[in-house]
Amino acid sequence: MIFFLLPFLIIIVYAFSSRSPTGGVEFTFTLNNFITLFSDPVYLSIFWRSIWMGVVTTVLCALIGYPLALFIVLQPVRWRSILIFLILIPFWTNFLVRIYAWMTILGNNGIVNSTIGFFGFEPVTMLGTQGAVLLGLVYGELPFMVLPIYASIDRFDFRLLEAANDLGASRWQRFVRVMLPLTAPGIAAGSVLVFIPTAGNYIVPALLGGGKVALIGNFLEQQFGSAQNQPLGSAAALLVMLVLTAGVVFYFRVTDEGER
Amino acid sequence: MEGLPPVSDGIAIELRDVVKRFGEVTAVDNVSMQIRDGEFFSMLGPSGCGKTSTLRMIAGFEFPTSGELLIHGREMGQVPPYKRPVNTVFQSYALFPHMSVERNVAFGLEMKQVPKAEIAPRVAEALEMVRLGSFGERYPRQMSGGQQQRVALARALVNRPEVLLLDEPLGALDQKLRKEMQAELKRLQSLLGITFIFVTHDQEEALTMSDRIAIMNQGKVLQIGSPTEIYERPNCRFVADFIGESNFIDGTVRHVEGNYATIETVEGIKLRGIAPRPVSTGAAATLSLRPEKIRLTPPRENGLNGQASSFPVRVEQIDYIGSDTRIVVRVNDKRTVDVWEQNTLSTLDRDAYWQPGEEAVLSYLPNNGLILTE
Repeated sequence: MIFFLLPFLIIIVYAFSSRSPTGGVEFTFTLNNFITLFSDPVYLSIFWRSIWMGVVTTVLCALIGYPLALFIVLQPVRWRSILIFLILIPFWTNFLVRIYAWMTILGNNGIVNSTIGFFGFEPVTMLGTQGAVLLGLVYGELPFMVLPIYASIDRFDFRLLEAANDLGASRWQRFVRVMLPLTAPGIAAGSVLVFIPTAGNYIVPALLGGGKVALIGNFLEQQFGSAQNQPLGSAAALLVMLVLTAGVVFYFRVTDEGER
Repeated sequence: MEGLPPVSDGIAIELRDVVKRFGEVTAVDNVSMQIRDGEFFSMLGPSGCGKTSTLRMIAGFEFPTSGELLIHGREMGQVPPYKRPVNTVFQSYALFPHMSVERNVAFGLEMKQVPKAEIAPRVAEALEMVRLGSFGERYPRQMSGGQQQRVALARALVNRPEVLLLDEPLGALDQKLRKEMQAELKRLQSLLGITFIFVTHDQEEALTMSDRIAIMNQGKVLQIGSPTEIYERPNCRFVADFIGESNFIDGTVRHVEGNYATIETVEGIKLRGIAPRPVSTGAAATLSLRPEKIRLTPPRENGLNGQASSFPVRVEQIDYIGSDTRIVVRVNDKRTVDVWEQNTLSTLDRDAYWQPGEEAVLSYLPNNGLILTE
């Protein structure tokens, strides 16, 4: 418990302290950090962009992950474990290394551009765009969405679809009225697992975004690192945590209701 | 589909030469049958006999490989389940766990866009019908198996299907509840007058509930008839063996006279019986004799009347099972016959009853013995 709580307590104390001229921390109770965060449009835009990118990443992961998980469940048992295995394999390589690999693919002289260049097309700038950051985030988080959805679809009784079919439900109605509500807990769990790390991800925005698409993670890294403003960073971290906690609590409320 | 008046030739479902293959396996092999309007029709057979595949084709979950399937004269061909005027009660009930009982029952009406104002009273009526009037707000998992079964029934019947399909619906219930639900199903069927097609592997269930029964084996329909016909006049050895119990005695046909034939066993015993299908002299045939249709009498005492076939036996084993006594009698080294005698008040005096080792004469009336060739 102490291992969990100690860093957390330090962050809380820091968040209400101020920065000393030398870059240290002065323990004076102040709300200045929060005031700064809320009043500076740059900080606010980073915050909103993080939330927005988190939401978009989560939605994209769900849209790609659900059909993928369904596809895997529908395979013969033997193939299922192989496919799950394939989804897990990238985890065995460091995330940083894999993102560097994406830089090789997306770079101005990267694989994509040299391929389309071969066919006579102009190179497209991909690195440093919001699209590249989204691609990296979705790529990195997709397994966290697929696995819980896979688990919930695996538990789903497909005979219920037959019953709905028998009762006059079209294919779309069967999905929306029966399958989706009963597999929603998997989507909810996946969304929590995807959204939280996305908001704090700093490798992807730093490398694929070229520092131009900063997220909260990058801001934190900056405050604790080069800017040497640990109190401001702590305040931002605390704020993000509160927002995420509220979001997660809300999510569990909703899914609890769905199951009742 | 809806709006078309049913063709009123009294046939709810007709199958013409229907074949269903799954890869190399032929699940339903050239089945033809007509199921009448308002009939309680059962399909009975061992597992894998094709009864469930046939039901699933009527429901639309499977399409015939070849042949025709008509519901009230309308060719169903590749019509998907949700467009067919039939509803199914599933063996697993398949209730929607995320919906209350009311929502479950309302589902079919909502899908068919029945006006909202009409849905609530129809749901209430359906729940009342299965005696679950006060359970509307519950969830399926808060209910017992028997109650879930009733919800499944209400969920199907609320749609007023032309035909109700029941896929071993009582399979998961214990014996007592089964009996209750059997009575309940019969009551609902006569109340609503809807055609019920009932799939079961339980012969007693089929016999007590059905107007007619189709006996299936290996994808084929062997016999269709009333419970009495099926039990008293099975047309082949499989049916005689599958329904109830029977003694089978092999022999060769020696004499044919109208519907009756006489076979002779290897031991030279001559046995007379009725032949449901034509037989010819010299053919191999089997006498099927139900154990309760046999009379056992002491030697030199008159058994059944002069028409009866009889031969001497020796009592070997006596098992008292309450309502009946089951006696095994030995004909010779190689052959025994089972005989059931109903226990009446007089059989309380067990000392006066048969004792192992006693000599006796076995006799039966020829119209209770069946000469079967296959």
